Amino acid sequence: MTALLLARAQFAFTLSFHFLFPAFSIGLASYLAVLEALWLKTGAGVYANLYRYWLRIFAVVFAMGVVSGIVMSYQFGTNWSVFSDKAGPVIGPLMAYEVLTAFFLEAGFLGVMLFGINKVGPRLHFVATLAVAVGTFISAFWILAVNSWMQTPTGYEIAPNGQFVPGPSWLAIIFNPSLPYRLVHTVLAAYLTTAFAVGGVGAWHLLKDRHNPGARKMFSMAMWMAAVVAPLQIFAGDLHGLNTLEHQPAKVMAMEGHFQSHPHGAPLILFGIPDSKAQRVDYAIQIPQASSLILKHDRNAPLAGLDTIPAADRPPVGIVFWAFRVMVGLGLAMFGLGLWSLLARWRGKLFDWTWLHRAALAMGPAGFVAVLAGWIVTEVGRQPFTIYGLLRTADSVSPLAAPAVAASLAAFATVYFAVFGTGIWYLLRLMHKPPEAHEAPPSAAPIRSAGITPAPQVAEGDALPGAHDKETE
Amino acid sequence: MMDLTVIWAGIIGFAITAYVIMDGFDLGIGILFPLFEVGSKRDTAMNSIAPVWDGNETWLVLGGGGLLAAFPLAYAIILPALYAPLMAMLLGLVLRGVAFEFRWRDPAHRPLWDIAFTAGSLVAAFAQGVTLGALLQGITVVGRAYGGGWWDWLSPFSILTGAGLVAGYALLGACWLNWKTEGDLQDQCARYARRLGIVLLAVIAAVSLATLTLEPRYAERWLAWPGIVATAQVPLATLIVSVMYYRSLARRRDAQPFFWALGLFGLCLVGLGISIWPDVIPARVTIWQAAAPYRSQVFMLVGAAVLVPVILAYTAWAYWVFRGKVGSDGYH
Ligand code: HDD
Ligand code: HEM
Ligand code: HEM
Repeated sequence: MTALLLARAQFAFTLSFHFLFPAFSIGLASYLAVLEALWLKTGAGVYANLYRYWLRIFAVVFAMGVVSGIVMSYQFGTNWSVFSDKAGPVIGPLMAYEVLTAFFLEAGFLGVMLFGINKVGPRLHFVATLAVAVGTFISAFWILAVNSWMQTPTGYEIAPNGQFVPGPSWLAIIFNPSLPYRLVHTVLAAYLTTAFAVGGVGAWHLLKDRHNPGARKMFSMAMWMAAVVAPLQIFAGDLHGLNTLEHQPAKVMAMEGHFQSHPHGAPLILFGIPDSKAQRVDYAIQIPQASSLILKHDRNAPLAGLDTIPAADRPPVGIVFWAFRVMVGLGLAMFGLGLWSLLARWRGKLFDWTWLHRAALAMGPAGFVAVLAGWIVTEVGRQPFTIYGLLRTADSVSPLAAPAVAASLAAFATVYFAVFGTGIWYLLRLMHKPPEAHEAPPSAAPIRSAGITPAPQVAEGDALPGAHDKETE
Repeated sequence: MMDLTVIWAGIIGFAITAYVIMDGFDLGIGILFPLFEVGSKRDTAMNSIAPVWDGNETWLVLGGGGLLAAFPLAYAIILPALYAPLMAMLLGLVLRGVAFEFRWRDPAHRPLWDIAFTAGSLVAAFAQGVTLGALLQGITVVGRAYGGGWWDWLSPFSILTGAGLVAGYALLGACWLNWKTEGDLQDQCARYARRLGIVLLAVIAAVSLATLTLEPRYAERWLAWPGIVATAQVPLATLIVSVMYYRSLARRRDAQPFFWALGLFGLCLVGLGISIWPDVIPARVTIWQAAAPYRSQVFMLVGAAVLVPVILAYTAWAYWVFRGKVGSDGYH
C-alpha cells in the first residue's frame, strides 16, 4: 500500500464516521426546536416528553459529531498538506467562517440547551435550542461551500507560486455552480435521515404498545416529514444530477455506467455489473433511450461516454455506479413509505397497520446508508482530482511515510470502532426505552445543579435512575 | 509594520491563548481525575466543566482553521512535521470528549470511561506540549514542504515541554475546582494547586533556560543589550505573579488563584512570542512568507472583527449562567 492510498483510506474512514453524526444532528436539532416551539405554544405535555426523550439522544450524537469533526479539521493539513498549501487561501477563509459563525454558536449554546433550563427559563432556553439548530445549518452551508468549490471551482486565480488565490469576488467562490444543489440536497438528506430514524423508533414502540402517546406523536410527525421531504429530495437529486452533467460529465457517465458514447439516445441501466477493464456493463438490465430522456429531456439526444475522457482522468466506475443505485433505491423506497403512510392516515389506520410499522422500523437506518452512498458518489466520482480538473489527488498528498500513516490509520480504526461503536450502542439503548407518559415539561425537567446531563442512565432494565427523574415522576 | 499579516498573527495568537487558558483547565481536571474519590467528588468535578468544555475546545478549531486560512504555508508544513503528536492529540480528544456523555449513560462501565477521560486528557495535554517543544527546537523545511523525518519531534526538550504542559494544565484544573467547589474537594484542590505551582515554576525555569540554548537568535533576543531591559520584565513579572499566586492560596481565596495562574500562562505565552516573533515556524518561515494573499486576509478580517466580540459575549453569558459553586444545592 502506498502512502497516498493509506492517506485516502484514512480520510475517507474518518470522514464517513464524522458525517454520520452531523446527518443526524442537523435534523435532530431542528426537530427539537419544533418540539419545544410546539410545547411553548400549546403547553401539551407530549411535546415536552418528546423533547426530553430526543434531547438525551441528541447529546450523545452531538458529542460524537464534535470529536470526530475536530479530527477532520486537522486532517487537511496532516494528510493533504500540498492541497492545503495550494488551496488554503481560497478554502481556508470559508472554513474559518464556519468556525466563527457556526461552531462557536453551537458549542456556546449547547451547554445552556442541555443543562440550563432551570437557570434561564423556558423562553431563553428555546432561544438556545434555536441557536444550536441554526448553527448546524450554518455549518453545513460553509463546509458544503468548500466541498462544492472543490467540485466546481470558480472565482479563483492562480498565483505565480502555484497557489489558488481568490479573485475579486468572494461571492463567485462561495456561490459556485454546484453549491445550491448540494446544499439543498444534503440538508434535505439530513432531514430525511432524522425523519426515518425518529419514525423507526416510533414504529418500534408502536409495535409494542400502539397506545403510547409519545410513540404515536413521533411516528406521525416523522411520517409527515417522509411524505413531504422524500419527493422533494428526489426532485432535488434530479436537478443536482443535471447540474453535475453540466460541470462534471465524467461523474455522471460513471453513475450511469456509460462506458461508450451513445450518439442516438442512451439507455438507462437499472442494474448490471460494470467491468472497467473491458469497458462494458455485464448483465445489464436497461431501458432503451431512457437516460437521454432523463438527462436531456429528449430520448434521441446523443450522450457522450467515458470513451471520450482520457484514461487518466476517469473516475472509478464500479463504486460510483453501485453507490448511486443504493442512494436512489433508498430514495424511492422512502418515497414509497411516505405514500403508504399517507394512505394509512387517510384511512385512519396510521397507528394500526403493523406492516407499515415493521416497514418503518426496517427503514430506520436507511437515511444513514443513503447519505454515505451519496457522498461516495460525489467524492469518488470526482476522482482523480481533489480540485476538479485542476489539482490531482496524487498531487495533493502530504510527504508522508507509509508506516506513519498506516500506524495512525490503525489507531483511528481501533479507537473509532471502540468509541463510536459503544456510542451507537448507547443510542440504541436510549431508543429502546419507550417515551414515558409522565416526563416533566422541559422547564422542570433536567436538573437542579449545573451539569448533570438531563438524561437517565442507560441502566439494566427499564428503570430510570438519577435524582432528577425520581423527583419528577 | 502594522499590516494585515501582523493583525492576523495577533488573531491566531489570541485564539491559541484563548484555547490554552480555556481548555487548559478542563484538560487539567481530566488529568487530576483519578485523584478524586469515586462518587460525588468526581461527579462534581465533571459537572463543573460539562456545560463549557465544547466551547473551550472550539478555540482549538479556530487556531487550526485560522492557521490554514491566514498562513496556509505554515499549516502545510507544521501539520505533517508533527504528524504523530497531532494524531495522538486528536485521538486523546476523541476519548475524553465522549467520556463527558458516556459516563452518565452507562454506570456499569463508568470506571472505564473515567479512565478514558483521564487518558485522553493526559495524552492531549502532553501532545500539545510536545508540539510546542518540537516547533521551538526547529523543524526541517525543504522548499514549500516539511523535509524531516518521522521522529524529529521527539527530543528531551520536547518531552520536557510536554510534561511541563501536563503540570501546567493540572494546576489550572486544580485552581478552577478550588474556585467552583467547596468542602473536601476544594481543600484537596488547594493542596494540589500549592504543589503543582512549584512544579510549574521549575518547568518554566528549565524550559526558559533550555530555549536560550536552542537557537542563537533566541539567546540574542533575550540577552542582547539594550533589549534585555525590556525582556527582563517577563521573568520579573513572573516572579511577582507567582508571589501573588501563593499569597491568594494562603489566604484561601476562591477565584483569585485561578486568575493568577492564568497570568502565569499568559506570561509564558508572551515569552514565547518574544522568542519567535516574527516567525510562524520558528527560525524558518516568517509570518509574511507564509501569509495568505491580501484578499483572503481582508475577507476574514471583516468577519473576525464582527464575530469574535459577539462570540466572546455569548461565551461570557454561558459561563455566567453556570456561575457560582457547582453542586452546592446538591443532588443526592
Ligand atoms: C452537512 C453538514 C456537515 C458536513 C458535510 C461536515 N460537517 Fe462537520 N459538523 C457539522 C456539519 C457538517 C455539524 C452538524 O455542524 C457538527 C456536528 C456536531 C457539531 O458539533 O457540529 C459538525 C462538527 C464539526 C466540528 C466540531 C465543531 C465543534 O467543535 O463544535 C468540526 C471541526 C467539523 N465538523 C469539521 C468538518 C470538516 C473538516 C468536514 C469535511 C471534511 C466536515 N466537518 C463535514
Ligand atoms: C474541503 C473539503 C474536502 C476535502 C479536501 C476532501 C478531500 C477528499 C479526498 C482527497 C478524498 C479521498 C478521495 C479518494 O480516496 O477517493 C475524499 C474522500 C471522501 N470525502 Fe471528501 N473532501 C472534502 C470534503 C468532504 C465533505 C464535506 C464530505 C461530506 C461529508 C466529504 C465526504 C467524503 C467521503 C464520503 C469520501 C470517501 C470516498 C472515497 O473513498 O473516495 N468530503 N475527500
Ligand atoms: C432518488 C432520488 C435521488 C437522486 C436522483 C439523487 C441524485 C444525486 C446525485 C446526482 C448526486 C451527486 C451529485 C454530485 O456529486 O455532483 C447525489 C449526491 C448525494 N445524495 Fe442523492 N439523490 C437521491 C436520493 C438521495 C437520498 C434519499 C439521500 C439521503 C437521504 C441522498 C443523499 C445524498 C448526499 C448526502 C449526496 C452528497 C452530497 C451532494 O453532492 O449533494 N440522496 N444525489
